[in-house]
Amino acid sequence: MNWFHFSSPSTFYGLAGRLAPWFFILATALAAWGLYLGLLVAPTDAQQGEVYRVIFIHVPTAWMSMFLYFIMACYCALTLVFNTRLSAMMARAIAPTGAMFTFIALWTGAFWGRPTWGTYWVWDARLTSELVLLFLYFGYMSLANAFEDPRRGDRAAALLALIGVVNLPIIYFSVQWWNTLHQGSSVSFKGTSMHVTMLTGMLVMSASAWMYAIGATLVRVRSVILERERRAQWIRNLPEASA
Amino acid sequence: MTAIWWKSWADFWAMGGQAYFVWMSFGALLVAIVVELLLLRVRRKRALAAIEEERDLEAEN
Repeated sequence: MNWFHFSSPSTFYGLAGRLAPWFFILATALAAWGLYLGLLVAPTDAQQGEVYRVIFIHVPTAWMSMFLYFIMACYCALTLVFNTRLSAMMARAIAPTGAMFTFIALWTGAFWGRPTWGTYWVWDARLTSELVLLFLYFGYMSLANAFEDPRRGDRAAALLALIGVVNLPIIYFSVQWWNTLHQGSSVSFKGTSMHVTMLTGMLVMSASAWMYAIGATLVRVRSVILERERRAQWIRNLPEASA
Repeated sequence: MTAIWWKSWADFWAMGGQAYFVWMSFGALLVAIVVELLLLRVRRKRALAAIEEERDLEAEN
């Protein structure tokens, strides 16, 4: 199979359209399974009570906020090094979904923090660096759209995204490097301290978040391609564009 | 791993007295996803409309 075949927007447009529904179907099925485990089956946490169930969306969305930024930055690196068109379009397509997950990670953290810490917000290292991540997404999106020539926007925003990568290890290790109110990781590469149903539910919810993010990105990149290539003949020949 | 933890639906919705914090969290995610899917649909419609507009403009010239 020739993978470079799909690195052209015109071929990727069709592929993305065929794949996206399957990712949404998988995301829905996994969410149903994960929510069943997390909300209905998993027992109460002995210390926190029922509010700990926020973990089933807080941790997956926080993970996705960082994963998506990393993938976006990889596409940005490709854009700067090889000047490839599709990579810049993919980076633009990922950013809003990444920002959405970052916002939800902060929001659910606040509603989990209030009953357990006694406050919605505290300027500790973990929370502050995650807030910086949200601003990096916003900065990327506004810079990408700030230029008359979209290719210049691609490159300027890509540079910002790459500089912002330093924030990722700061978020991840913040709970070790500083004294934070935020707890350390319950799941690490060394193992876990969690009940098996809780862990399964959280991992299934994370898989669902992945599938959703891919589906949303594929749908969005199709619109980005339509916007950017609208003068191309192949776009005008599309059945959906010829009313 | 299949037994339901709750005694009743009322028990479930009450979330041990922490319903506000639990449902504000899960509800926000649901709203965010619905909003994103709506925005995706709007963006696609606008992109397709822009293609048509440009073609009509060229046809006039």
